[in-house]
Amino acid sequence: MSSPLSTPGGRKRGRTTNPSTPSSEGPTSPPFQRRRGQDSSTGDLMPMPTSPPTDVLSPAAPLDNSLFSSPRPSVPPNEVDMSSPLMYGTPSSRVEGTPRSGVRGTPARQRPDLGSVSKAPQVDLQSDADGAVASEANAGQRHRKIFPLSLFIDPSSSEDENTGLDLNEPLYMQKLEEISVVGDPVLNVNCLHVQSFDAELYRQLICYPQEVIPTFDMAVNELFFERFPDSILEYQIQVRPYNALKTRNMRNLNPEDIDQLITISGMVIRTSQLIPEMQEAFFQCQVCAFSTRVEVDRGRIAEPAVCRHCNTTHSLALVHNRSLFSDKQMIKIQESPDDMPAGQTPHTTVVYAHNDLVDKVQPGDRINITGKRSFLASSFQPNGVPLVPAGVYRAVPMRANPRQSNVKSVYKTHIDVIHFRKTDEKRLHGLDDAEQKLFTEERVQTLKELAAKPDVYERLASALAPSIYEHEDIKKGILLQLFGGTRKDFSQTGRGNFRADVNILLCGDPGTSKSQLLQYVFNLVPRGQYTSGKGSSAVGLTAYVMKDPETRQLVLQTGALVLSDNGICCIDEFDKMSDSTRSVLHEVMEQQTLSIAKAGIICQLNARTSVLAAANPIESQWNPKKTTIENIQLPHTLLSRFDLIFLMLDPQDEAYDRRLAHHLVSLYYQSEEQLEEEFLDMAMLRDYIAYARTYINPKLSEEASQALIEAYVDMRKIGSGRGMVSAYPRQLESLIRLAEAHSKVRFSEKVETIDVEEAKRLHREALKQSATDPRTGFVDISILTTGMSATARKRREEVAQALKKVIQAKGKTPAMKYHTLLEDLRRQSETAITKEMFDEALRALSDEDYLTVTGKTVRLLA
Amino acid sequence: MPSTDDWLNNPLGVVEGMFAASQNTPNSGWAAKAVAFFKDRLKEKDAHTWVPSLNDVPLHYLKPNSLVKFRCFIQDMFDPEFYMGTYEAVDPSTKAKVLRCGKYKDVTECGVDFNSRSTMTAERHTFYCVPIPGESPWVKEGYAGSSQARVVPSTSYAPTRQKRSYEEDDDDMDTDTQPQKQREPHTGPHSPTEPHGNGDCKRREKEAPSSQAASASHLDLNFPLPGEKGPSCLLKVYEEWDGFKLNEAVEVFGILSVSPALSALADEDASSSLLDPAGGMETAEEQRVHSPPASLVPRLHMLHAKPLPHNNPLLPAAGLEDNNSAFLSSTLREMAAVRAELLAYFTHVLLGDALAAEYLILHLVSNVYTRRDVLPLGKFTLNLSGCPAVASFTERFYQIIQQLVPSSYYLGMTLQNMNQMRLVPKKDYVANRLLSGALQLATNTSLFLDESQLEQGQLDTTGVRNVTALGNLISWQKVDYDFSYHQMEFPCNINVLIASEGRSLLPSDCQIHLQSQVAPPDLEAYLGGIQVHPQASQLNKFRMYLSVARQLDYSIADEVTKSVEDDFVDMRKDDPQSISAEDLHRMLVVARLLSLSLGQTSLSRDSWLRAKHVEMLRRSRMEQNKCVNGNEP
Repeated sequence: MSSPLSTPGGRKRGRTTNPSTPSSEGPTSPPFQRRRGQDSSTGDLMPMPTSPPTDVLSPAAPLDNSLFSSPRPSVPPNEVDMSSPLMYGTPSSRVEGTPRSGVRGTPARQRPDLGSVSKAPQVDLQSDADGAVASEANAGQRHRKIFPLSLFIDPSSSEDENTGLDLNEPLYMQKLEEISVVGDPVLNVNCLHVQSFDAELYRQLICYPQEVIPTFDMAVNELFFERFPDSILEYQIQVRPYNALKTRNMRNLNPEDIDQLITISGMVIRTSQLIPEMQEAFFQCQVCAFSTRVEVDRGRIAEPAVCRHCNTTHSLALVHNRSLFSDKQMIKIQESPDDMPAGQTPHTTVVYAHNDLVDKVQPGDRINITGKRSFLASSFQPNGVPLVPAGVYRAVPMRANPRQSNVKSVYKTHIDVIHFRKTDEKRLHGLDDAEQKLFTEERVQTLKELAAKPDVYERLASALAPSIYEHEDIKKGILLQLFGGTRKDFSQTGRGNFRADVNILLCGDPGTSKSQLLQYVFNLVPRGQYTSGKGSSAVGLTAYVMKDPETRQLVLQTGALVLSDNGICCIDEFDKMSDSTRSVLHEVMEQQTLSIAKAGIICQLNARTSVLAAANPIESQWNPKKTTIENIQLPHTLLSRFDLIFLMLDPQDEAYDRRLAHHLVSLYYQSEEQLEEEFLDMAMLRDYIAYARTYINPKLSEEASQALIEAYVDMRKIGSGRGMVSAYPRQLESLIRLAEAHSKVRFSEKVETIDVEEAKRLHREALKQSATDPRTGFVDISILTTGMSATARKRREEVAQALKKVIQAKGKTPAMKYHTLLEDLRRQSETAITKEMFDEALRALSDEDYLTVTGKTVRLLA
Repeated sequence: MPSTDDWLNNPLGVVEGMFAASQNTPNSGWAAKAVAFFKDRLKEKDAHTWVPSLNDVPLHYLKPNSLVKFRCFIQDMFDPEFYMGTYEAVDPSTKAKVLRCGKYKDVTECGVDFNSRSTMTAERHTFYCVPIPGESPWVKEGYAGSSQARVVPSTSYAPTRQKRSYEEDDDDMDTDTQPQKQREPHTGPHSPTEPHGNGDCKRREKEAPSSQAASASHLDLNFPLPGEKGPSCLLKVYEEWDGFKLNEAVEVFGILSVSPALSALADEDASSSLLDPAGGMETAEEQRVHSPPASLVPRLHMLHAKPLPHNNPLLPAAGLEDNNSAFLSSTLREMAAVRAELLAYFTHVLLGDALAAEYLILHLVSNVYTRRDVLPLGKFTLNLSGCPAVASFTERFYQIIQQLVPSSYYLGMTLQNMNQMRLVPKKDYVANRLLSGALQLATNTSLFLDESQLEQGQLDTTGVRNVTALGNLISWQKVDYDFSYHQMEFPCNINVLIASEGRSLLPSDCQIHLQSQVAPPDLEAYLGGIQVHPQASQLNKFRMYLSVARQLDYSIADEVTKSVEDDFVDMRKDDPQSISAEDLHRMLVVARLLSLSLGQTSLSRDSWLRAKHVEMLRRSRMEQNKCVNGNEP
């Protein structure tokens, strides 16, 4: 048992003088998949660290060989024997057995998560692989004793787990202190810290967790009881590493990962009841009452056939209530829908939680699991040895069944949990986005390259729903919505959180592909919901209380708005929604919460969702004779909550029709590849957005603030016009949000004047304010396409008035010739009147129902 | 032909031979070679017809561990499993350690050394496959007829034995001491000298089908459509599993494994899991689903698979693109003529309405050929309104369609069906499988929705959800599978035909009101006459025509593009309200389908004009109809 401590200490010095081993590669795979006989893997292993020459003299020199590299056939077996894991016994007994003054008899707790319960069947004393493991573990332990974890400072730490800790003090010492106060003997260790401290140690931790983690435990306990000799813990501290860099998609798990430390994410779909698992069996002889304890080995207990005391055969019986059990729970997790390839079903994995990790998660939770992958041969029962399965005793006689010699050649695999981390926990409490999406270096590089391009904004906008024709500004608006503003917290000053999400209303003629746009957005964002106003009730949008058919308990079922927290809620047919349903949106769209008071449940749920709504005008077709407000006909309270209100009008113009026709026809004959080249693909766009949302938090610059103030003052001025959507402080906020979103598009941490300019432009464009006649408040659709300037419009107005005067001067003539009228007008006017101007004036007057033009005759109507 | 027999009847022997030969040369890539060997064999002329098919040969006639094929539909994908790729076993006769290969097998041989270093774990995936849902009877017969596999039921099978008396049979039952053997009669070879061999044979004949039926009641085979029959199997895939998609139709060549040891082991697992909750990770339900008795759900170890572009036995299997130019050109030449015949036939069926018949043809050759972000292109859902409510017109109509398309399904939209049927597949987490629904269909299946069955009443939650699912299917050609914590979207390609009396409550790409040319009093008699089928040769021509037209490539030349654009602009100029972008969309689809139905692979000016004309006729009819029935929306 003393072997770990008595190994010559030369290496210790070697490592201290050389704390950072040269490391280029990440952890390499353990020799599982490879055949043990032929080791072709040494090539891709870690390079040997440069150890000081003193090491060569020390007796441990040959061992050193196997220390830093994985299995080598050259290691003589006798060296291996000494440090083979089988010499330790189980980790628990090792800790117990080692005389330690500091630990002072605090009972060790077994670690079934690492334990030999389900150890793979290939453990072989002669195996050089395991020898190497053991010596590595050894090194880890040596190492651990001087591991200056106490000094580790992580200034960049932003994790919620570290709240309340001083970032400039040694992190783990603070955690130990916390343990001494709270008395919860669990120390969570971020693997990334280990890696930044020593990459080699990290590699060992990943590849041989079963051996390395117990040594971590020992070191931590020693350290702890040195520092806090008086503290009393229920049992010894257990180290729980998490955040192993090799975070894996469940789909990528393969046989190579067996017995390694892995971190995977997924969603809990089922949890079993608590299973008492036997750790140590207690046998008592029926004849002489002699008792013996047998530890569980690889999930089975070797039942002693002969009583050592009285030599009676088969006299020992298991005594249940004196045996030791530990808690165990089976949890099934399913890969999260985000990282699944299209057209396949999600995979599930079985996970075992032990001891206090039992009942930590519920079905539906999204979690990151750090654990050890293990497997069991499904019907692993070699003949001839009477084995008792751990758990419940079964009086199974030796099976003389010939069928037993055939074995189903399939392994069952599972993961023993060492650490759970709920990914959606932060969503409930924290403010920042929970999108813990990991980007590879290259991906980040490509994204940054893209961001550096001057036309990135246009590019992204055109990549959005390429099948939808034109509507550039609407796409830009939606793009900004996807990025969102910066979250600000003013709860200190009593204003609560500021909304960072942009809400957009699309209002327009039928058949202008509004629904298609909504569908596209719904498909693009990871947490999107799509509802139709006609089919949804207030309850369906918010939440309802129902009786769970299985548990018969009242449960709160969340609706679309809550489900799209941190996402986008697309609401089609917004105008068809009943007023009472629409009214629930008031709270969501500004306070971003949802208050519920029903059936004895009073609560407030987060609904930090962006709303993208589509509505038809009140008469289902845009009436150009009416003002914008009259056409939309939504309560002002709701309207002001939309940052952007886009009018999608059918311009009814030949040039537009031609472009539209071309676009549609090309949809039907262009091949897939042609289009791929033209636009960014959806995955790229999605990554770009996710990256910007996670990492970019722009702040307003001084000039930008000034520009915003000016813009707001301008908006107030315009707003006093008839039939316009007038500006409120809300509009100032939405300008800020849009400007922030725009600087996010550029990956800029600072909001600058160009961002404000774009926000302003978009805000104006959205409402077609440029096309609105300030006098009447009507939207002139022909301006939208012809792009007539304000001065031209003014001149037209003047010409029309002049023409009216000319006609009135003529007295009561019901009809007149086109040409004579033109001549008359030309004579009267000071400026040159072209034929086009005359035509326009005529049209303006006919719009007023003053006259009508038929062929070459002009008739008065009034 | 000894070699043929070898790879057909003992493919495992071939694999093992290759494995053994490769032992001395590491990295020989024997696995790839083995797969290539079978691929080559199957490429030979007609070779694939020698392979017996699980679709038409009853399972108990097939030899275990022989090469079989299966035309199937991937209904569910199970979790990957790790198995012993190679292992060391002790040969019982020589007591020497031998290296064995675990590939393409479910069960290892005796005396496995678990601690051996040469054990190598490998990964394989399991797919749950069912026959293609809604496959028409004529397709099944067609495939079965073309098979040349010599299926020798059993060496001891003697037909004369059928005439034995009842008492003898009972007698046998008493003396039979091994009921286990009866349940899996097709395992191990029976020598004729076996004392109870004859009785066994007899029983095999009688029991195999009945046991299948009986056990089907307690074991849900999870067919997407109710009332389906046929074998399902667990397909074990050894490479390139990422290439397979859910709901894909594939033809698989693989090694059949029905080893009774599998069921026995499963039983044992189940019983042990009852006693020992820690040992069994699976619930009883899961166990039942994932390791059903091999006699009911055989395992198929895949050697080679090819996706099926269509399931029409009349067409060459390879698809149209490659090496079938002769076939293609000959069919293309005939297409216009066949189309005329088919049009006449449909006109007759649709009560003399030629326009509706025209649209029906267009509908039947439609196909989602691509997707532009969320928008599926090429779909053409037809709503045939004004169906006479007499003499079960819709059912008869469906039967005619079923005669023509390879797979189809009739869904009567009765209130009961809508409220109770499971249309959308749902994940069952207890059994860890995807419970199938009627909308889990293969590509190009014709879904016939009979809305005339709808009666007054209330749709409950399920009903509303089902109607929404149908609406989504029609508008976006996708089905959102229910994974209870989230939904997952699966794209599909299903031709939906809605028969209704008034306008359908579901959306559709195109609605046409049937104008009966038959006077109402004669309707009954007329409908009775419809049932008369055309001749088999003509039917086959129709079938081939529809499948070919659907698979043709299509393009639009630049000058036609221009004229189409001009046309659109002109039409808009006259009356902007009359034609919207949506109408152009539809006209482009109609033009495309019209060209394809005539066997033209590019749009010509004539076809475009014709499409315009047809659309105009339809629209004017709709207007008319609106005027007649003022109450219709």
